[in-house]
Amino acid sequence: MTGDTGTPVAAPLEAGTAVRLGELIVEIVSDSGEGAQKAGQALGAISAKMGNGVWTVEIIPAEIKPPARSRAGASGIRVRIGSGPMTNMGDEAGLVVALNEQVLYGRIEQRAYRPGTVVLLESKWKDDQQELIRRQYTEAVADFRARGLVVRELPLEEACLGVTSDPRVGKNMFVLGMLCRVCGRALEKAKEEVAFVFGRKGQDVIERNHRLLEAGFHFAEENVPERFEVPPAPRTTDLIVTNGNQAVGLGVMAAGMELVAMYPITPATSASHYLSGAIQKVGGVVHQAEDEIAAIGFAIGASYAGKTACTITSGPGLALKTEFVGLAVMAEVPLVIVVVQRGGPSTGLPTKVEQGDLLASLFGEPGDTPKIVMAASTLEECLLFPVTARRLAEAFRTPVIVLTDANLATGVAPFPRPQVTPDWFAPPVDQSAWDPAVEPFAWDPTTGISPRPIPGQRGGEYVLTGLAHTRRSKVAYDPDSNQRGCEARSAKLRALQSTLRPPEVYGDASGELLIVGWGSTRGAIEEAVDRARAEGLSVSSLHLRFLSPLEPGLGEIFARFAKVMTIEINYSDEPDAPAVTDENRRRAQLATLLRATTLVDIDCWSNVYGQPLQPRQIYAEIGRRLERGGN
Amino acid sequence: MFGLKSDWSLELPERYFTLEDYEGGVARWCPGCGDLAVLTAVQKILRDEQQPPEKTVCVSGIGCSSRFPHYMHTYGFHGLHGRALPVACGVKSRRPDLDVWVATGDGDCCSIGAGHWIHATRYNMDMVVMLFDNAVYGLTKKQTSPTSPRGLKTNTHPMGSWLPPLDPLCAMLGFTNVSFVAQTVDWNPVHLHATLREAHKHRGMSFVRILQRCPTYTAAVFEELQRDPSRLLLLKGDDNVAVDPAVMKIFPNQAEHDPSDIGAARALAETGSQGEKVPVGILFRDASRPCYEDFTMQGLGISAEDKLAGLKRELDKFAV
Ligand SMILES: Cc1ncc(C[n+]2csc(CCOP(=O)(O)OP(=O)(O)O)c2C)c(N)n1
Repeated sequence: MTGDTGTPVAAPLEAGTAVRLGELIVEIVSDSGEGAQKAGQALGAISAKMGNGVWTVEIIPAEIKPPARSRAGASGIRVRIGSGPMTNMGDEAGLVVALNEQVLYGRIEQRAYRPGTVVLLESKWKDDQQELIRRQYTEAVADFRARGLVVRELPLEEACLGVTSDPRVGKNMFVLGMLCRVCGRALEKAKEEVAFVFGRKGQDVIERNHRLLEAGFHFAEENVPERFEVPPAPRTTDLIVTNGNQAVGLGVMAAGMELVAMYPITPATSASHYLSGAIQKVGGVVHQAEDEIAAIGFAIGASYAGKTACTITSGPGLALKTEFVGLAVMAEVPLVIVVVQRGGPSTGLPTKVEQGDLLASLFGEPGDTPKIVMAASTLEECLLFPVTARRLAEAFRTPVIVLTDANLATGVAPFPRPQVTPDWFAPPVDQSAWDPAVEPFAWDPTTGISPRPIPGQRGGEYVLTGLAHTRRSKVAYDPDSNQRGCEARSAKLRALQSTLRPPEVYGDASGELLIVGWGSTRGAIEEAVDRARAEGLSVSSLHLRFLSPLEPGLGEIFARFAKVMTIEINYSDEPDAPAVTDENRRRAQLATLLRATTLVDIDCWSNVYGQPLQPRQIYAEIGRRLERGGN
Repeated sequence: MFGLKSDWSLELPERYFTLEDYEGGVARWCPGCGDLAVLTAVQKILRDEQQPPEKTVCVSGIGCSSRFPHYMHTYGFHGLHGRALPVACGVKSRRPDLDVWVATGDGDCCSIGAGHWIHATRYNMDMVVMLFDNAVYGLTKKQTSPTSPRGLKTNTHPMGSWLPPLDPLCAMLGFTNVSFVAQTVDWNPVHLHATLREAHKHRGMSFVRILQRCPTYTAAVFEELQRDPSRLLLLKGDDNVAVDPAVMKIFPNQAEHDPSDIGAARALAETGSQGEKVPVGILFRDASRPCYEDFTMQGLGISAEDKLAGLKRELDKFAV
């Protein structure tokens, strides 16, 4: 055993002995269309069923059909298998199956491996008809070895040919069989999984894939000396395995949403894809609108009429929805808006992760538009937050933005199955008579909350308007009404904040450095903090779920640390970049917000490479910050 | 007569609505504004049909004409400029029991909201869409609208507008899944009322372009039409708007028109767009076109137990 974050050490092994690891990161990389993702997902599912923690993330090239054997075309999957729960993609992989050497270069450029990483490489290129390919292959293998990778050249396609006439189709299951052997996964479990995945395609297909699986397993027994084992941890609860967008979809259904209005936009779309096939089971519907403006307008119309509705989008879509978000705040229409963030600005990096929409969510609309903004930090929260958001939207009569991002959207991991009870669902529309003496905006002076008449309620007739209005929802021509309305809407955030608890600090409650994060970076931050603390560094972290209103007690917590910094995936100026001063430095989004609200001199570290932050990067930054001193 | 059914039996409902039950305060439009006539016509139709005010929703965008919901005593949604139609469709999507009326101006519908206009037509949800076409932007004080006649002097085209106007009828008759297109004028209350009634009866998106006088900014545009009824062409026939013979006499030009004939409808709209023989009446009607709410209503009213069971089945799919 090499410890919890150990890299497998490549060493010739005697048959029967395996290296025990706390975790192992496996990648399968190929040209797109070779089934790597299917094989990796199965590996993840098998591991989850064996009781391991798993985090799976797809490696997606930007183009749909990139050229074969190209670095930019690297497609595939990363599966991080651990003894405990896995919350992020981790650092370098310990084992990789590469179906050609060029895609492996694509991943090397992403710093996906380190010396010692075992590479199981398809060797058919060695004898390719084209001289160029033969040369590329040979040079690459030498180069990989020079970089410290442990390369095993394997004739995978040829080995498949013994079992199937078309290895292009079946190779992925052969690879899965191989990985089961190398990673200590039970062949029987793998066969069950394959039968489940191909269930609909009939017995013939299942049997062919079983043969491939077994062939791969035995091939590895004979040809791959490495063997690893990641012991599972005992499981205490029922688990489900989803990606973040499926989790959002399940959450939307568990909230009892009747209507999801959307316009396709990466990386949010797959949530709607999932819902389009599933939401009818809970009596709802997905409306694909003509654009994002229409999508939110449609959802607002349904919500105004008493039906719970949401809209799911990403940054550019949020930008288009802005005017309607303002209306929903102004006219107090409950609405859940899920924003799966991607790289920006503009069309930006459509498939990549960024946490760039925080301030747009909070302050994107002209005028004062207080609304609730929350950010999911785990897959489980992707499921639970739409449920909470729906309730908050109705209780506080306001739009609620739920932020997730491309990292959560594509990450797959097991998490506790929610125990849904009927009270999670929205209640049926109230159609009882309304007391006309109660105004449609009878704002409570302390909480700003007011009951909402629904069309169909006799006596509640009112005209919703985005113009400044009175408690009766009449267009206000007096100087006071706008001030009153803004005060009432603002009071709602205070009222909500008074019900929240101060966030928990991860690590010691006081110390040298506090890292503040939000959203999908939580797993990586906490892992880095663990590592640093294990080495005696005085660092703790804190992760915010509510961004508007902010969770209470932050100032007091910050005061207990010598330094406070945020770590985020959005743009900020490096403090020591040319001409950057303390005054003109543009800081990361949460840092900007926290500085303004707490008056603490909060530092930040952030970047926009479009990659999820990895524990090792954060760990390195912690070290640098503690060394640098000052704040 | 109230309560008397066609078989001469009398059934008295609990509530009887008078015109006042639909009136929501004093309208703040300019004196002589055509919007007032539309307001009265709609209130009358609701009264005639004894439509409960709480079951009626008037949705609008932004503009003078979009103030319409404020002057109705029903539920109302005075939303964003150009966005009345998505909201109205959303209202209807899961509440087929609500009677939806949309008030939209020519800028609201044919300019900033033009994208939604095409698609709402295609959705064909059951509602009446009233296009208040005064050929100008009223609320923002006289800018060129897409329907302004060429040469109209406005604050954005002081030398006269440059382009020929967009004709909403021609456009509508080109949109996929169009199911009801009519035209009327605000200054003939009988025809206006009868046309809107037909629109209300139709299941689907009933689009009525109302030529609407704006005495403040485009008086001249409509004056001539109003003074010289021979510029109009009254569409008549068994399936068309039926008006009193006394009113029909006002129109020197009349033509039989079968609203099921979209080719004839397009020809009428095309001629009318030249400013001569402007058709009034129903140009097109097809009650067989699909309505989007028939799809969006799926699962309406499913019980909490069934929802829970459905959700559990979904969660099972992801179980390990
Ligand atoms: C997003 C946005 N852009 C512009 C406006 C300003 N605006 C309000 S009404 C209007 C045009 C009104 O013209 P029309 O729709 O023809 O209605 P009318 O006032 O003539 O009835 C404009 C441009 C606005 N309210 N919102």
